[in-house]
Amino acid sequence: MISREEFRQIGANGVWHQNTSLVQILGLCPLLAVTTNLVNGVMLSLATIIVMAIANVAVASLRNLIPHEIRIPVFILIVAALVTVVDLLFNAQLHELYLVLGIFIPLIVTNCIVLARVEAFANKNPPLHAAFDGVCMGIGMLWTLALLGGLRELIGGGTLLAGIEMVFPALQPLQLLPADYPGFLLALLPPGAFILLGCLIAWKNWVEARAAARRPSSPPLALGDGV
Amino acid sequence: MMLFSTPPYVLGQGSVRRVMLQVLIGLLPGIAAYIWLLGASIVLQLLMATVAALAGEALMLWLRGKPQGLFLSDGSAVVTAWLIALAFPPLAPWWLIVGGTLFAIVVAKHLYGGLGQNPFNPAMTAFAVCIVSFPALMSQWPALGLKLNLAEQLRLIAGLIPRVDVMSGATPLDALKTALKLGEGAVDVPTLLATQEVFGNFAGRGWEWVSVGYLVGGLWLWQKKIIGWQAPLGFLGSLFMLAAALWVWSPQQFANPLFHLFSGGTMLGAFFIVTDPVSGSTTSRGKLIFGFAAGVLAYLIRVFGGYPDGIAFAVLLMNLCVPLIDMYTQPPIFGMKNER
Repeated sequence: MISREEFRQIGANGVWHQNTSLVQILGLCPLLAVTTNLVNGVMLSLATIIVMAIANVAVASLRNLIPHEIRIPVFILIVAALVTVVDLLFNAQLHELYLVLGIFIPLIVTNCIVLARVEAFANKNPPLHAAFDGVCMGIGMLWTLALLGGLRELIGGGTLLAGIEMVFPALQPLQLLPADYPGFLLALLPPGAFILLGCLIAWKNWVEARAAARRPSSPPLALGDGV
Repeated sequence: MMLFSTPPYVLGQGSVRRVMLQVLIGLLPGIAAYIWLLGASIVLQLLMATVAALAGEALMLWLRGKPQGLFLSDGSAVVTAWLIALAFPPLAPWWLIVGGTLFAIVVAKHLYGGLGQNPFNPAMTAFAVCIVSFPALMSQWPALGLKLNLAEQLRLIAGLIPRVDVMSGATPLDALKTALKLGEGAVDVPTLLATQEVFGNFAGRGWEWVSVGYLVGGLWLWQKKIIGWQAPLGFLGSLFMLAAALWVWSPQQFANPLFHLFSGGTMLGAFFIVTDPVSGSTTSRGKLIFGFAAGVLAYLIRVFGGYPDGIAFAVLLMNLCVPLIDMYTQPPIFGMKNER
């Protein structure tokens, strides 16, 4: 079983200390391409969470059967099978969103976040731990992409939750800034994503530096599994 | 930025503040021509940019815990602000120039480490950001025949009256490019230059004299040894040679080199942008290469690209190459033989 301390540590690592986007800086390609608004970022993250959780469980369950020398192709096969399922699900259930996210759903296969977690964590830990790690890493990616997508959308066009009607037909996007807001196109372009991601990383480092300065005597936090 | 030139160092007289002050004085002839031709709205733009730059500078210095007085009074922020105001359309709405200046100071200058550390020219970064984000507003230049009184100009900048397309025209460079594109080979450059209202004696009507103003101010700076001859000569030389070669090859399709030298931001760029000591190359040969390549890129972007002028993109692209240029143009150490 999973102990309380392990539970806490895996969660904290996934969501904050080893955040995929802000610390590991993995998966930048989908990050740049789909976070033009909040809904896209969240939905791609949800798809990644599903893939990561199941892939982690599958690899952790099979970890003693997979020959070490060919583990990477086996991981990729497992991930690819799962991504195909998610891809077909999105295509069937959320077709409009599927058209928006496009190539980035199939590309989850090659997403280094998924492979990194499978290789670095699921391959060495029992299934329950691995499942929780996949979900927490995904949540870390989810809130970062949601924040980045929301900021880019707000600065770029003055709206929030654009495209929500593709997921929940009853809901409408929010127009937060006045309708004559001219829109700051740069925020929607890749340079804007880089600049805002840089600001988010700086913010995270600042928060940690301040926390460390407040508690100078406490031991450094264990950073866990060493990706 | 990453490599420093080798000794012996020859120190020029004066501080950063003195140099910046002289750069500002060097801009005055161009500004005078600008006011004479297009009215006093540019003064308001200069003022707004200056205030925004100083406010942004003060904010970032406070956030970074740096001494306010020393850096606020060195004048570098004011030079950035003036270059932005001169590069932007004079009747652009107030938020465009304020936002652009704040971006230059906060992001392009201070997030990279402040004065002396920024790899990209802040003024050109602001210009590139704004022309990518607001292409329509950044291409609305007032037509010279248009006579707006000062009150109307101010209301336009404040956004109190709606912008009408009639009030604005394209820049001479843009007009030439659009006419050639629309003409589909039926029009030729000499006829366009001779007949269209927007073209003057040797370049754009009116704008040619603003460019002459920048040239005069730039030559004064060179004579005062504030700027070296390498970067401006490289820039103007390559632009001139490329324009001349294409003009000789096909005078029907390409404007003459004189037109290119006195159109758009060529003169402002040559003497005030590519000479930036921070984001440009630090070695003498490097400055020549930097200016030369920037001139080639500027010509290619302005003639074959989609944007009205190419100086900003050319300078930013070359800023990226500066560490490489500096590495390969290090002069031999004094007293040593050149190893290469």
